[in-house]
Amino acid sequence: MTKVKIYVTLRESVLDPQGFAVQGSLAKMGYNEVSDVRIGKYLEVTIGETTRDLDSLVKEMCEKLLANTVIEDYRYEVEEEN
Amino acid sequence: MKFAVLVFPGSNCDIDMYHAIKDELGEEVEYVWHDATDLSEFDGILVPGGFSYGDYLRCGAMANQSNVMAEVKKAAAEGKPVLGVCNGFQILTEAGLLPGALLRNKNLKFMCRTVQLKVENNDTLFTNQYEQGQIINIPIAHGEGNYYCDEETLANLKANNQIVFTYSGENPNGSLEDIAGIINERGNVLGMMPHPERAAHELLGSADGLALFKSIVKQWREQHV
Repeated sequence: MTKVKIYVTLRESVLDPQGFAVQGSLAKMGYNEVSDVRIGKYLEVTIGETTRDLDSLVKEMCEKLLANTVIEDYRYEVEEEN
Repeated sequence: MKFAVLVFPGSNCDIDMYHAIKDELGEEVEYVWHDATDLSEFDGILVPGGFSYGDYLRCGAMANQSNVMAEVKKAAAEGKPVLGVCNGFQILTEAGLLPGALLRNKNLKFMCRTVQLKVENNDTLFTNQYEQGQIINIPIAHGEGNYYCDEETLANLKANNQIVFTYSGENPNGSLEDIAGIINERGNVLGMMPHPERAAHELLGSADGLALFKSIVKQWREQHV
């Protein structure tokens, strides 16, 4: 079994109103050193036996469903497990 | 003219859409479940609002993977009219039938009220029964209607007159250039956040949405009768 950790984040050019609201709350709490907050998604995908190349498999799933590349970027980390 | 109203798990404006076509317009209409594999008998495809697949992951993302969407792409390629309203608009952008994407409303609130729209382009098969520049009252009900696209796409939308409706006065969701609805380059796929099917009779507070459906039928009759 292979666990893949996928991070989906809004592109830099896209405003993140949720992140902006959270930053506002942090500032109210006194954390004025926080200059920006961006909220994204974290997915853990466990992959069983496959003949496919893992990178091309994960990229394909990200491009087709897990991320909308019009507004989002993605990156991932592969973790081997037994 | 025979319409299909697509139904996904979580669609909730399908009945309003059906009612507008059948009872207000007097045209043929059928519900079509998301696993359907043939839309060839239909002349127009309506993708209704709601929360398909609970909006999980992203609005419209999972609906785009259903069987029927391959058929919607086929119908669009054949030049048949395809209308996506609210979640339907989100699904059409996810499907790549329309450019851009719908983001969370700028004020983070679910906005549910009647808004004023300006008809920016009445030279489409969806708007030929409106006057150019006409202001119409149509309800909105969405949390993610903040239209976004990159600068190049926006320039193309403007150059090709693909911005069909804009919010007049207050912009409820922070969309780029006050965009409320756009059409594809070919002119047969329209996506809009406001709900014309909820403005199909005076008793609903406005009948301004009816002209959109009448436009589709008029164009179709001229071509097929």
